[in-house]
Amino acid sequence: MWRIILVLVIFMVGWVGFLHQPLAQGKFIVLQSTTSTANSGLLDYLLPIFERETGITVHVVAVGSGQAIRNAMNGDGDVILVHARQDEDKFVADGFGVQRWDVMYNDFIIVGPRQDPAMVRGMEDAAAAFKKIALSKVPFISRGDDSGTHKMEMSLWRIAGMDPTQASGQWYRESGSSMGATINIAVETQGYLVSDRGTWISFKNKGDLEVLVEGNRTLYNPYGIILVNPKKHPHVKAQEGQVFIDWMVGAKGQKVIEEFKVNGESLFFPNATKK
Amino acid sequence: MTDLSDVFFLAISLVLSGNNDLLEIVALSLRVSLTAVGCAVLVGMPLGAAVGLGRFPGKNIIVLFFNAMMGIPPVVVGLFVYMMVSKSGPLGWLDILYTPTAMITAQFILITPIIASLTRQVIEDLHQHHAQQFRSLCVPRHVAILELLREGRTSLLTTAMAGLGRAMAEVGAVIIVGGNINHLTRVMTTAIALETSKGDLALALALGIVLLAMSLIINSAVMGLRNRAPSVIGTVS
Amino acid sequence: MKDVCLDVEGKRLIDRVSLTLFPETISLFMGPSGAGKSLLLRLLHGLLSPSRGSITWAGRVLDDRMRKRQAMVFQNPVMLNRSVLANLTFVLRLVDNNHPHVAMELLERVALRQHARQPAMELSGGERQRLAIAKALAVQPEVLFLDEAMSHLDPPSVTLIEELILQQQRQGIKVIMVSHDLGQIQRLADEIFFVHQGQLVEHAVAQTFFANPQSFPAQLFLQSQSWSKTFYQE
Repeated sequence: MWRIILVLVIFMVGWVGFLHQPLAQGKFIVLQSTTSTANSGLLDYLLPIFERETGITVHVVAVGSGQAIRNAMNGDGDVILVHARQDEDKFVADGFGVQRWDVMYNDFIIVGPRQDPAMVRGMEDAAAAFKKIALSKVPFISRGDDSGTHKMEMSLWRIAGMDPTQASGQWYRESGSSMGATINIAVETQGYLVSDRGTWISFKNKGDLEVLVEGNRTLYNPYGIILVNPKKHPHVKAQEGQVFIDWMVGAKGQKVIEEFKVNGESLFFPNATKK
Repeated sequence: MTDLSDVFFLAISLVLSGNNDLLEIVALSLRVSLTAVGCAVLVGMPLGAAVGLGRFPGKNIIVLFFNAMMGIPPVVVGLFVYMMVSKSGPLGWLDILYTPTAMITAQFILITPIIASLTRQVIEDLHQHHAQQFRSLCVPRHVAILELLREGRTSLLTTAMAGLGRAMAEVGAVIIVGGNINHLTRVMTTAIALETSKGDLALALALGIVLLAMSLIINSAVMGLRNRAPSVIGTVS
Repeated sequence: MKDVCLDVEGKRLIDRVSLTLFPETISLFMGPSGAGKSLLLRLLHGLLSPSRGSITWAGRVLDDRMRKRQAMVFQNPVMLNRSVLANLTFVLRLVDNNHPHVAMELLERVALRQHARQPAMELSGGERQRLAIAKALAVQPEVLFLDEAMSHLDPPSVTLIEELILQQQRQGIKVIMVSHDLGQIQRLADEIFFVHQGQLVEHAVAQTFFANPQSFPAQLFLQSQSWSKTFYQE
């Protein structure tokens, strides 16, 4: 009987190996990306063009910026595309990344119910708007997941001189989920939140939420692209990864980013300094 | 909110359109989960049977361990497998993170305890029934295990289906170790999660209906097979 | 051939029973319900091990090699959930004697040939027990145990099985059985062991036992049995 089991196990392992094989072939890189670039559809639009031109397939793992950086620190990825400026600089300074490149930007917006119970519509100062929301104790839905958006939101609270986490579970609600899931919650609870513009424009379940505050300097949202350092993780596909970065910050990639529109609106604005 | 009839219509038109992406996702779901169940059956059933028939110190602890593992959240299994096969993990050299193989591994770990635990119960009950007869005939242990597994085939099929159900339905583990990469590791559940986070709730729900339909088809196929099985298997040998 | 020495010393269920069985005869255990007849059979066959005392067959301790030369038919036959034939070939495979004609011959002997392809679970009580007998015979045992194997069976099945038992005995096979049916006991038994409350209270040749039971419990038992028989007949 044990022989039968042995044969079956070998067969099973072989089968899995067979399934595994073709997938590992061909040139590919793993891109640890923030969710906004993936969920907004930018990468779906941009990557096929890149793949056609270079023959390199890009496998996108879309997670929050914080997790993307942590995964890359573990060596699980070749390139990261994130928006968390301080963490990006630290990532490079600690030797995990080779160099940070500017690639594009958009901006954050404060979204809330159309009736606007906290009366922040049209305010110039994002931090002041935060203060008003806190004082009126209307629901505010935070990402609460250490993502780029979450970090930006926390820095706004710091500027406003407030610590909303003390009201956590009351009017301040940390979803601990993706941007989309957080918007879904805000739609149902008539809450306020911070979103990146890309995700918001392409989001399909807006309910009666609207953009209430935008255009402030503090809401600037730059995206960076970094090659994971092959000196830290020798298996990193540095050559292919660099091809991707060069393409993204190069004329072609920048043009494609600019061309990408949802409902006629640009979601990302190229700002690479190279070339 | 979109109303439910629209969602249903969307689900049907999704299936009828024969959308390549959808087919790819469905195929991968089946491939990953069926392979995981196959492996889990191969390991879990003999293991459960051996535990069920065995009398050794610490048996209760093993039984308890399996039973507790039945309730483990998929995310925890996903994290565990991620930490193992991450480049910084002990098995990083295998190079299987963000591949279907990693997803199969995670689901395998998730459902083997279920299959082992339920098998143990089935075999223990059957063994009570057959113990004296087997003892009288001096049936060797490994033959007893095989014969009892065969005796319990209907219950064990249900056990395998329970495993398949959990494998196909879970999202927490595969999204971590698979990464939900388009055309590579995107399965039904991770696609549903993705569409939800894009706010396309109608599409997410429609995909859910497709998943439900898949499950219905598999289960009715198995049920049809089972109703025919006894006479077929019975006469073959 | 078996020279059987049995010396069991148990706690309460079987209380210091010592007995010797001789080959080529039909030994029958009888006694009221719960007396420990079936336990004695299981002890003899090695399904239970004595808490004290020892059981030896032909001077040797009972082991698997010895047990393979014995077979037992239980009161409630246990079938595998497959065809009649498959149930039999399962046993035949265990004893390395799996030839199609052997199986069919055995089924013929228990009048189940025409049921060979039928699922065993669909058989009637009598048919099941006949299959159980066929399984026991498949082992080609030197000792055959029957534990109330014919209670609640249809008369034709009982007759068939009784004939098979006598046939086995004539071929030199030791038969050890438990039965409640006085008529059957008188038809089959060479010697009687009367068991009462876990103790062996009487051992006699069958005719002697029925003609003149020595112990009080046996007298009482025979009286009640014959009384109830007349009671039911009226």
